[in-house]
Amino acid sequence: MSTETAEKTTESVKAEALLSKRRKRIVTDPLDDDNPITVQVLGICSALAVTAKLEPTLVMSIAVMFVIVFSNLIISFLRNVIPQRIRIIVQLGIVASLVALVDQVLRAYLYDVSKVVGVYVGLIITNCIIMGRLEAFAMGNKPYDSILDGFGSAFGYAWVILVVAFFRELLGSGSLFDFKVFEAIGLPNFPTNGLMTSPVGAFLLIGIVIWVQRWRNGYVEHS
Amino acid sequence: MQQSNAYIIAFAAGLTIVLGGLLSVTAVSLKERQKMEIELEKKKQILSAVMDIEGISKQELAGIYDERIKSIAVNYDGEIQTEIVPEDVNIEKEYKKKPEDRIYPVYKFINESNPDNFESVIIPVFGFGLWDFIWGYVALESDLSTMKGVSFDHRGETPGLGARITDAVVQERFKGKNIYNSSGELVSVKMLKSENNANLDENEVDGMSGATITANGVNDMLLKYLNSYQTYFEKLKAEKSISSL
Repeated sequence: MSTETAEKTTESVKAEALLSKRRKRIVTDPLDDDNPITVQVLGICSALAVTAKLEPTLVMSIAVMFVIVFSNLIISFLRNVIPQRIRIIVQLGIVASLVALVDQVLRAYLYDVSKVVGVYVGLIITNCIIMGRLEAFAMGNKPYDSILDGFGSAFGYAWVILVVAFFRELLGSGSLFDFKVFEAIGLPNFPTNGLMTSPVGAFLLIGIVIWVQRWRNGYVEHS
Repeated sequence: MQQSNAYIIAFAAGLTIVLGGLLSVTAVSLKERQKMEIELEKKKQILSAVMDIEGISKQELAGIYDERIKSIAVNYDGEIQTEIVPEDVNIEKEYKKKPEDRIYPVYKFINESNPDNFESVIIPVFGFGLWDFIWGYVALESDLSTMKGVSFDHRGETPGLGARITDAVVQERFKGKNIYNSSGELVSVKMLKSENNANLDENEVDGMSGATITANGVNDMLLKYLNSYQTYFEKLKAEKSISSL
Protein backbone atom coordinates (compact mmCIF):
# COMPACT_ATOMS: atom_id res chain seq x y z
CA MET A 1 0.00 0.00 0.00
CA SER A 2 1.08 3.53 -0.55
CA THR A 3 3.22 5.15 2.03
CA GLU A 4 1.61 8.56 1.60
CA THR A 5 -1.44 7.24 3.37
CA ALA A 6 -0.79 8.48 6.85
CA GLU A 7 1.50 11.28 5.87
CA LYS A 8 -0.31 14.51 6.56
CA THR A 9 0.51 17.31 4.20
CA THR A 10 3.29 19.38 5.65
CA GLU A 11 1.52 22.53 6.66
CA SER A 12 4.03 24.88 5.11
CA VAL A 13 3.17 28.52 5.17
CA LYS A 14 4.45 29.33 1.73
CA ALA A 15 2.40 27.88 -1.08
CA GLU A 16 3.65 24.75 -2.72
CA ALA A 17 4.31 24.84 -6.45
CA LEU A 18 1.35 23.65 -8.51
CA LEU A 19 3.42 20.75 -9.76
CA SER A 20 6.08 20.33 -7.11
CA LYS A 21 8.28 17.27 -6.96
CA ARG A 22 6.07 15.69 -4.34
CA ARG A 23 2.95 16.26 -6.40
CA LYS A 24 4.54 14.87 -9.52
CA ARG A 25 5.28 11.75 -7.56
CA ILE A 26 1.60 11.48 -6.58
CA VAL A 27 0.78 11.21 -10.28
CA THR A 28 3.71 9.11 -11.46
CA ASP A 29 3.94 6.59 -8.61
CA PRO A 30 0.75 4.71 -9.52
CA LEU A 31 1.95 4.40 -13.11
CA ASP A 32 4.80 2.16 -12.17
CA ASP A 33 6.17 1.57 -8.65
CA ASP A 34 2.78 1.71 -6.97
CA ASN A 35 0.56 0.55 -9.80
CA PRO A 36 -2.96 -0.28 -8.62
CA ILE A 37 -3.20 -3.44 -10.71
CA THR A 38 0.29 -4.88 -10.90
CA VAL A 39 1.58 -3.92 -7.47
CA GLN A 40 -1.46 -3.41 -5.27
CA VAL A 41 -3.42 -6.07 -7.17
CA LEU A 42 -6.66 -4.08 -7.05
CA GLY A 43 -9.29 -3.76 -9.76
CA ILE A 44 -8.50 -7.17 -11.18
CA CYS A 45 -12.17 -8.07 -11.63
CA SER A 46 -12.87 -5.31 -14.13
CA ALA A 47 -9.49 -5.82 -15.76
CA LEU A 48 -10.62 -9.35 -16.58
CA ALA A 49 -14.14 -8.44 -17.63
CA VAL A 50 -13.83 -5.49 -20.01
CA THR A 51 -10.56 -6.19 -21.77
CA ALA A 52 -11.76 -8.47 -24.59
CA LYS A 53 -11.72 -5.49 -26.96
CA LEU A 54 -9.97 -2.14 -26.98
CA GLU A 55 -13.00 0.08 -27.47
CA PRO A 56 -14.95 -0.87 -24.33
CA THR A 57 -11.65 -0.88 -22.44
CA LEU A 58 -10.93 2.69 -23.45
CA VAL A 59 -14.42 3.85 -22.50
CA MET A 60 -14.08 2.00 -19.20
CA SER A 61 -10.76 3.73 -18.51
CA ILE A 62 -12.28 7.13 -19.15
CA ALA A 63 -15.33 6.36 -17.01
CA VAL A 64 -13.15 5.10 -14.17
CA MET A 65 -10.99 8.21 -14.45
CA PHE A 66 -14.05 10.44 -14.17
CA VAL A 67 -15.39 8.57 -11.16
CA ILE A 68 -12.08 8.27 -9.34
CA VAL A 69 -11.11 11.92 -9.81
CA PHE A 70 -14.46 13.33 -8.77
CA SER A 71 -15.02 10.96 -5.86
CA ASN A 72 -11.49 11.74 -4.64
CA LEU A 73 -12.28 15.44 -4.90
CA ILE A 74 -15.63 15.22 -3.12
CA ILE A 75 -14.38 12.96 -0.34
CA SER A 76 -11.34 15.16 0.14
CA PHE A 77 -13.55 18.23 0.55
CA LEU A 78 -15.72 16.39 3.04
CA ARG A 79 -12.89 14.55 4.79
CA ASN A 80 -13.16 16.55 8.01
CA VAL A 81 -16.94 16.31 8.36
CA ILE A 82 -17.49 12.67 7.40
CA PRO A 83 -18.26 10.68 10.57
CA GLN A 84 -15.54 8.08 11.02
CA ARG A 85 -17.94 5.26 11.79
CA ILE A 86 -19.91 5.49 8.56
CA ARG A 87 -17.14 6.69 6.28
CA ILE A 88 -17.13 3.60 4.08
CA ILE A 89 -20.82 3.80 3.30
CA VAL A 90 -20.49 7.52 2.63
CA GLN A 91 -17.69 6.81 0.16
CA LEU A 92 -19.73 4.07 -1.43
CA GLY A 93 -22.77 6.33 -1.73
CA ILE A 94 -20.77 9.01 -3.49
CA VAL A 95 -19.06 6.55 -5.82
CA ALA A 96 -22.36 4.85 -6.66
CA SER A 97 -24.02 8.19 -7.40
CA LEU A 98 -21.21 9.25 -9.69
CA VAL A 99 -21.39 5.93 -11.51
CA ALA A 100 -25.15 6.23 -11.95
CA LEU A 101 -24.57 9.73 -13.28
CA VAL A 102 -22.02 8.51 -15.84
CA ASP A 103 -24.39 5.76 -16.91
CA GLN A 104 -27.31 8.17 -17.41
CA VAL A 105 -25.22 10.64 -19.38
CA LEU A 106 -23.79 7.91 -21.61
CA ARG A 107 -27.30 6.66 -22.33
CA ALA A 108 -28.51 10.09 -23.31
CA TYR A 109 -25.58 11.35 -25.34
CA LEU A 110 -23.40 8.40 -26.32
CA TYR A 111 -26.02 5.72 -26.80
CA ASP A 112 -23.85 3.52 -28.99
CA VAL A 113 -21.01 3.57 -26.50
CA SER A 114 -23.32 2.88 -23.60
CA LYS A 115 -24.57 -0.19 -25.43
CA VAL A 116 -21.02 -1.51 -25.57
CA VAL A 117 -20.04 -0.86 -21.97
CA GLY A 118 -23.55 -0.91 -20.50
CA VAL A 119 -23.27 -3.65 -17.90
CA TYR A 120 -19.71 -2.82 -16.97
CA VAL A 121 -20.36 0.79 -16.06
CA GLY A 122 -22.29 -0.37 -13.02
CA LEU A 123 -19.35 -2.50 -12.05
CA ILE A 124 -17.19 0.60 -11.57
CA ILE A 125 -18.83 0.85 -8.14
CA THR A 126 -17.11 -2.35 -7.13
CA ASN A 127 -13.75 -1.35 -8.54
CA CYS A 128 -11.53 -1.66 -5.50
CA ILE A 129 -9.11 0.95 -6.82
CA ILE A 130 -11.67 3.69 -6.31
CA MET A 131 -12.61 2.74 -2.75
CA GLY A 132 -8.94 2.08 -2.07
CA ARG A 133 -7.88 5.57 -3.12
CA LEU A 134 -10.71 7.21 -1.21
CA GLU A 135 -9.87 5.38 1.98
CA ALA A 136 -6.09 5.55 1.61
CA PHE A 137 -5.61 8.98 0.12
CA ALA A 138 -8.58 11.31 -0.17
CA MET A 139 -9.59 10.88 3.49
CA GLY A 140 -6.27 12.36 4.59
CA ASN A 141 -5.21 14.78 1.88
CA LYS A 142 -6.19 18.12 0.39
CA PRO A 143 -8.51 18.33 -2.64
CA TYR A 144 -5.89 19.30 -5.20
CA ASP A 145 -3.54 16.49 -4.20
CA SER A 146 -6.47 14.10 -4.25
CA ILE A 147 -7.31 15.05 -7.83
CA LEU A 148 -3.71 14.38 -8.83
CA ASP A 149 -3.81 11.07 -7.02
CA GLY A 150 -7.04 10.22 -8.86
CA PHE A 151 -5.46 10.93 -12.23
CA GLY A 152 -2.37 8.95 -11.31
CA SER A 153 -4.29 5.89 -10.23
CA ALA A 154 -6.65 6.11 -13.21
CA PHE A 155 -3.74 6.29 -15.64
CA GLY A 156 -2.00 3.46 -13.85
CA TYR A 157 -5.16 1.38 -14.20
CA ALA A 158 -5.74 2.47 -17.80
CA TRP A 159 -2.36 1.56 -19.22
CA VAL A 160 -2.44 -1.93 -17.78
CA ILE A 161 -5.93 -2.78 -19.02
CA LEU A 162 -5.19 -1.19 -22.41
CA VAL A 163 -2.09 -3.36 -22.78
CA VAL A 164 -4.10 -6.43 -21.86
CA ALA A 165 -6.92 -5.45 -24.22
CA PHE A 166 -4.43 -4.79 -27.02
CA PHE A 167 -3.12 -8.34 -26.91
CA ARG A 168 -6.50 -9.92 -26.25
CA GLU A 169 -8.15 -8.24 -29.20
CA LEU A 170 -5.16 -8.73 -31.47
CA LEU A 171 -4.70 -12.43 -30.73
CA GLY A 172 -8.30 -13.27 -29.89
CA SER A 173 -10.21 -11.43 -32.59
CA GLY A 174 -7.38 -10.56 -34.98
CA SER A 175 -8.30 -6.88 -34.85
CA LEU A 176 -7.52 -3.61 -33.11
CA PHE A 177 -10.41 -1.23 -32.43
CA ASP A 178 -12.39 -3.60 -34.69
CA PHE A 179 -9.94 -2.98 -37.52
CA LYS A 180 -8.92 -6.34 -38.97
CA VAL A 181 -5.15 -6.11 -38.65
CA PHE A 182 -4.15 -9.47 -40.07
CA GLU A 183 -6.35 -9.09 -43.14
CA ALA A 184 -4.85 -5.67 -43.75
CA ILE A 185 -1.30 -7.00 -43.76
CA GLY A 186 -2.20 -9.90 -46.01
CA LEU A 187 -2.68 -12.73 -43.54
CA PRO A 188 -6.43 -13.35 -43.80
CA ASN A 189 -6.11 -16.88 -42.41
CA PHE A 190 -4.17 -16.00 -39.28
CA PRO A 191 -5.63 -18.29 -36.62
CA THR A 192 -7.25 -16.42 -33.74
CA ASN A 193 -6.84 -17.72 -30.23
CA GLY A 194 -10.17 -18.43 -28.53
CA LEU A 195 -8.48 -18.49 -25.15
CA MET A 196 -7.75 -14.78 -25.46
CA THR A 197 -11.40 -13.87 -25.82
CA SER A 198 -12.26 -15.58 -22.56
CA PRO A 199 -11.36 -14.16 -19.14
CA VAL A 200 -8.76 -16.91 -18.76
CA GLY A 201 -6.68 -15.18 -21.42
CA ALA A 202 -6.88 -11.97 -19.41
CA PHE A 203 -5.66 -13.81 -16.33
CA LEU A 204 -2.61 -15.07 -18.21
CA LEU A 205 -1.85 -11.68 -19.72
CA ILE A 206 -2.22 -9.80 -16.44
CA GLY A 207 0.04 -12.40 -14.86
CA ILE A 208 2.64 -11.76 -17.52
CA VAL A 209 2.36 -7.97 -17.16
CA ILE A 210 2.72 -8.26 -13.37
CA TRP A 211 5.70 -10.56 -13.76
CA VAL A 212 7.52 -8.37 -16.27
CA GLN A 213 6.87 -5.23 -14.29
CA ARG A 214 7.95 -6.65 -10.94
CA TRP A 215 11.00 -8.24 -12.47
CA ARG A 216 11.99 -4.93 -13.99
CA ASN A 217 11.45 -3.02 -10.73
CA GLY A 218 12.75 -5.75 -8.47
CA TYR A 219 9.57 -5.58 -6.37
CA VAL A 220 9.06 -8.35 -3.83
CA GLU A 221 5.97 -9.01 -1.69
CA HIS A 222 6.69 -8.50 1.98
CA SER A 223 5.50 -11.46 3.94
CA MET B 1 -18.79 15.90 19.44
CA GLN B 2 -18.51 15.28 15.73
CA GLN B 3 -19.03 11.59 16.32
CA SER B 4 -22.32 11.74 18.23
CA ASN B 5 -25.09 9.49 17.02
CA ALA B 6 -27.27 12.44 16.15
CA TYR B 7 -24.51 13.86 13.98
CA ILE B 8 -24.04 10.56 12.18
CA ILE B 9 -27.74 10.16 11.51
CA ALA B 10 -28.07 13.75 10.36
CA PHE B 11 -25.05 13.38 8.08
CA ALA B 12 -26.35 10.16 6.55
CA ALA B 13 -29.80 11.65 6.02
CA GLY B 14 -28.35 14.81 4.48
CA LEU B 15 -26.12 12.83 2.15
CA THR B 16 -28.99 10.62 1.07
CA ILE B 17 -31.16 13.62 0.26
CA VAL B 18 -28.41 15.39 -1.68
CA LEU B 19 -27.34 12.33 -3.68
CA GLY B 20 -30.90 11.11 -4.22
CA GLY B 21 -31.99 14.55 -5.36
CA LEU B 22 -29.05 14.85 -7.71
CA LEU B 23 -29.76 11.50 -9.31
CA SER B 24 -33.50 12.15 -9.64
CA VAL B 25 -32.86 15.50 -11.30
CA THR B 26 -30.42 13.90 -13.75
CA ALA B 27 -32.73 11.00 -14.52
CA VAL B 28 -35.74 13.24 -15.13
CA SER B 29 -33.89 15.83 -17.19
CA LEU B 30 -32.25 13.22 -19.40
CA LYS B 31 -35.32 11.04 -19.78
CA GLU B 32 -36.67 12.63 -22.96
CA ARG B 33 -33.32 12.42 -24.67
CA GLN B 34 -32.82 8.82 -23.67
CA LYS B 35 -36.29 7.92 -24.97
CA MET B 36 -35.54 9.61 -28.27
CA GLU B 37 -32.26 7.73 -28.57
CA ILE B 38 -34.05 4.45 -27.94
CA GLU B 39 -36.67 5.17 -30.62
CA LEU B 40 -34.01 6.20 -33.12
CA GLU B 41 -32.08 3.08 -32.27
CA LYS B 42 -35.14 0.94 -32.97
CA LYS B 43 -35.70 2.53 -36.37
CA LYS B 44 -32.03 2.15 -37.15
CA GLN B 45 -32.14 -1.52 -36.22
CA ILE B 46 -35.22 -2.20 -38.33
CA LEU B 47 -33.65 -0.52 -41.34
CA SER B 48 -30.28 -2.17 -40.84
CA ALA B 49 -31.94 -5.53 -41.52
CA VAL B 50 -32.77 -4.46 -45.09
CA MET B 51 -30.11 -1.95 -46.02
CA ASP B 52 -26.55 -0.92 -45.39
CA ILE B 53 -26.81 1.89 -42.88
CA GLU B 54 -23.09 2.57 -42.60
CA GLY B 55 -22.40 6.29 -42.62
CA ILE B 56 -26.03 7.42 -42.57
CA SER B 57 -26.91 9.65 -39.64
CA LYS B 58 -29.70 8.67 -37.28
CA GLN B 59 -31.79 11.66 -38.32
CA GLU B 60 -31.59 10.70 -41.99
CA LEU B 61 -32.49 7.15 -41.10
CA ALA B 62 -35.57 8.38 -39.29
CA GLY B 63 -36.54 10.14 -42.54
CA ILE B 64 -36.02 6.99 -44.60
CA TYR B 65 -38.02 5.04 -42.06
CA ASP B 66 -41.01 7.35 -42.35
CA GLU B 67 -40.86 7.11 -46.12
CA ARG B 68 -40.21 3.44 -46.71
CA ILE B 69 -41.59 1.49 -43.76
CA LYS B 70 -45.24 0.64 -43.57
CA SER B 71 -45.97 -1.07 -40.30
CA ILE B 72 -48.89 -3.15 -39.14
CA ALA B 73 -49.55 -5.39 -36.18
CA VAL B 74 -51.01 -8.87 -36.43
CA ASN B 75 -52.01 -11.54 -33.96
CA TYR B 76 -51.02 -15.19 -33.94
CA ASP B 77 -53.75 -16.04 -36.42
CA GLY B 78 -52.46 -13.47 -38.87
CA GLU B 79 -55.37 -11.07 -38.32
CA ILE B 80 -54.45 -7.41 -38.64
CA GLN B 81 -54.90 -5.42 -35.45
CA THR B 82 -55.77 -1.93 -36.66
CA GLU B 83 -56.15 -0.35 -33.22
CA ILE B 84 -52.54 -1.08 -32.25
CA VAL B 85 -49.59 1.11 -33.20
CA PRO B 86 -46.92 -1.40 -34.23
CA GLU B 87 -44.04 0.84 -33.12
CA ASP B 88 -45.45 0.93 -29.60
CA VAL B 89 -45.56 -2.82 -29.20
CA ASN B 90 -43.08 -3.80 -26.51
CA ILE B 91 -41.55 -7.01 -27.80
CA GLU B 92 -40.06 -7.85 -24.43
CA LYS B 93 -43.48 -7.65 -22.75
CA GLU B 94 -45.09 -9.65 -25.54
CA TYR B 95 -42.33 -12.24 -25.22
CA LYS B 96 -43.48 -13.03 -21.70
CA LYS B 97 -46.96 -13.97 -22.92
CA LYS B 98 -47.83 -17.25 -24.59
CA PRO B 99 -47.05 -17.19 -28.33
CA GLU B 100 -50.78 -17.44 -29.13
CA ASP B 101 -51.57 -14.30 -27.11
CA ARG B 102 -48.83 -12.09 -28.46
CA ILE B 103 -49.14 -9.14 -30.81
CA TYR B 104 -46.70 -9.34 -33.70
CA PRO B 105 -45.56 -6.17 -35.45
CA VAL B 106 -44.71 -6.42 -39.14
CA TYR B 107 -42.63 -3.82 -40.90
CA LYS B 108 -43.01 -3.78 -44.66
CA PHE B 109 -40.20 -2.19 -46.60
CA ILE B 110 -42.21 -0.77 -49.46
CA ASN B 111 -41.20 -0.19 -53.04
CA GLU B 112 -40.15 3.37 -53.71
CA SER B 113 -42.16 3.75 -56.93
CA ASN B 114 -45.10 1.57 -56.04
CA PRO B 115 -46.04 1.90 -52.36
CA ASP B 116 -48.55 -0.95 -52.62
CA ASN B 117 -45.79 -3.45 -53.24
CA PHE B 118 -43.31 -4.41 -50.62
CA GLU B 119 -39.69 -5.27 -51.27
CA SER B 120 -39.27 -7.13 -48.06
CA VAL B 121 -40.95 -7.88 -44.78
CA ILE B 122 -39.17 -7.23 -41.50
CA ILE B 123 -40.19 -8.99 -38.32
CA PRO B 124 -38.84 -8.64 -34.80
CA VAL B 125 -37.39 -11.61 -32.96
CA PHE B 126 -36.71 -11.94 -29.26
CA GLY B 127 -35.03 -14.59 -27.15
CA PHE B 128 -32.43 -15.40 -24.57
CA GLY B 129 -28.67 -15.67 -25.12
CA LEU B 130 -26.14 -16.75 -22.54
CA TRP B 131 -26.53 -14.00 -19.94
CA ASP B 132 -29.54 -11.97 -20.89
CA PHE B 133 -32.10 -11.21 -23.57
CA ILE B 134 -31.10 -11.01 -27.20
CA TRP B 135 -33.30 -9.60 -29.91
CA GLY B 136 -33.24 -8.34 -33.43
CA TYR B 137 -35.00 -7.97 -36.74
CA VAL B 138 -35.15 -10.38 -39.64
CA ALA B 139 -35.86 -9.15 -43.15
CA LEU B 140 -37.27 -11.59 -45.69
CA GLU B 141 -37.34 -11.04 -49.44
CA SER B 142 -40.74 -10.60 -51.04
CA ASP B 143 -40.87 -14.39 -51.60
CA LEU B 144 -41.09 -14.65 -47.80
CA SER B 145 -38.53 -17.43 -47.69
CA THR B 146 -35.13 -15.95 -48.49
CA MET B 147 -33.41 -13.92 -45.82
CA LYS B 148 -32.55 -10.45 -46.98
CA GLY B 149 -30.69 -9.58 -43.84
CA VAL B 150 -30.74 -9.62 -40.08
CA SER B 151 -29.77 -7.27 -37.31
CA PHE B 152 -29.21 -8.55 -33.81
CA ASP B 153 -28.64 -6.86 -30.53
CA HIS B 154 -28.12 -7.97 -26.99
CA ARG B 155 -28.01 -6.74 -23.44
CA GLY B 156 -25.25 -8.66 -21.77
CA GLU B 157 -23.51 -11.12 -24.05
CA THR B 158 -19.75 -11.41 -23.59
CA PRO B 159 -17.80 -8.85 -25.64
CA GLY B 160 -15.74 -10.59 -28.29
CA LEU B 161 -17.77 -13.80 -27.94
CA GLY B 162 -21.57 -13.77 -27.88
CA ALA B 163 -21.64 -10.03 -28.44
CA ARG B 164 -20.36 -10.73 -31.94
CA ILE B 165 -23.96 -11.28 -33.04
CA THR B 166 -23.98 -7.52 -33.51
CA ASP B 167 -20.98 -7.64 -35.87
CA ALA B 168 -21.70 -7.02 -39.53
CA VAL B 169 -19.49 -9.99 -40.43
CA VAL B 170 -21.67 -12.38 -38.46
CA GLN B 171 -24.98 -10.89 -39.63
CA GLU B 172 -23.76 -10.98 -43.22
CA ARG B 173 -23.74 -14.78 -43.00
CA PHE B 174 -27.54 -14.92 -42.91
CA LYS B 175 -28.00 -13.11 -46.22
CA GLY B 176 -29.53 -15.25 -48.94
CA LYS B 177 -30.20 -18.18 -46.62
CA ASN B 178 -33.54 -19.92 -46.83
CA ILE B 179 -35.91 -20.45 -43.92
CA TYR B 180 -37.54 -23.45 -45.63
CA ASN B 181 -35.73 -26.67 -46.39
CA SER B 182 -35.84 -28.42 -49.75
CA SER B 183 -39.07 -30.22 -48.87
CA GLY B 184 -40.79 -26.95 -47.98
CA GLU B 185 -40.78 -27.30 -44.21
CA LEU B 186 -40.05 -24.28 -42.03
CA VAL B 187 -36.69 -25.07 -40.44
CA SER B 188 -35.41 -21.50 -40.01
CA VAL B 189 -31.69 -20.83 -40.38
CA LYS B 190 -29.40 -22.57 -37.98
CA MET B 191 -26.14 -21.20 -36.67
CA LEU B 192 -23.70 -24.06 -36.23
CA LYS B 193 -21.27 -24.74 -33.42
CA SER B 194 -17.71 -23.38 -33.85
CA GLU B 195 -16.27 -21.31 -36.63
CA ASN B 196 -15.07 -21.92 -40.19
CA ASN B 197 -17.46 -24.80 -40.91
CA ALA B 198 -17.31 -26.09 -44.44
CA ASN B 199 -20.16 -27.19 -46.73
CA LEU B 200 -22.94 -25.05 -45.32
CA ASP B 201 -26.33 -25.73 -46.85
CA GLU B 202 -28.97 -23.08 -47.47
CA ASN B 203 -30.42 -23.47 -43.96
CA GLU B 204 -27.12 -23.18 -42.11
CA VAL B 205 -24.72 -20.39 -41.21
CA ASP B 206 -21.26 -20.52 -39.73
CA GLY B 207 -21.06 -20.27 -35.94
CA MET B 208 -19.04 -18.19 -33.53
CA SER B 209 -16.33 -20.01 -31.63
CA GLY B 210 -16.70 -19.62 -27.90
CA ALA B 211 -20.31 -18.49 -28.16
CA THR B 212 -22.31 -21.64 -28.80
CA ILE B 213 -24.94 -20.86 -26.18
CA THR B 214 -25.57 -17.43 -27.69
CA ALA B 215 -25.81 -19.08 -31.10
CA ASN B 216 -28.32 -21.58 -29.74
CA GLY B 217 -30.33 -18.66 -28.39
CA VAL B 218 -30.27 -17.05 -31.84
CA ASN B 219 -31.44 -20.28 -33.49
CA ASP B 220 -34.18 -20.71 -30.95
CA MET B 221 -35.58 -17.20 -31.31
CA LEU B 222 -35.43 -17.30 -35.11
CA LEU B 223 -37.32 -20.58 -35.34
CA LYS B 224 -39.94 -19.63 -32.75
CA TYR B 225 -40.71 -16.25 -34.20
CA LEU B 226 -40.71 -17.34 -37.82
CA ASN B 227 -43.10 -20.04 -36.72
CA SER B 228 -45.43 -17.55 -35.05
CA TYR B 229 -45.57 -15.43 -38.19
CA GLN B 230 -46.37 -18.40 -40.42
CA THR B 231 -50.14 -17.87 -40.57
CA TYR B 232 -49.70 -14.24 -41.54
CA PHE B 233 -47.06 -15.09 -44.12
CA GLU B 234 -49.39 -17.63 -45.72
CA LYS B 235 -52.05 -14.94 -45.96
CA LEU B 236 -49.59 -12.51 -47.51
CA LYS B 237 -48.52 -15.09 -50.07
CA ALA B 238 -52.17 -15.84 -50.95
CA GLU B 239 -52.90 -12.11 -51.34
CA LYS B 240 -49.89 -11.73 -53.53
CA SER B 241 -50.80 -14.55 -55.86
CA ILE B 242 -54.31 -13.08 -56.23
CA SER B 243 -53.03 -9.61 -57.04
CA SER B 244 -50.60 -10.94 -59.59
CA LEU B 245 -53.38 -12.74 -61.49
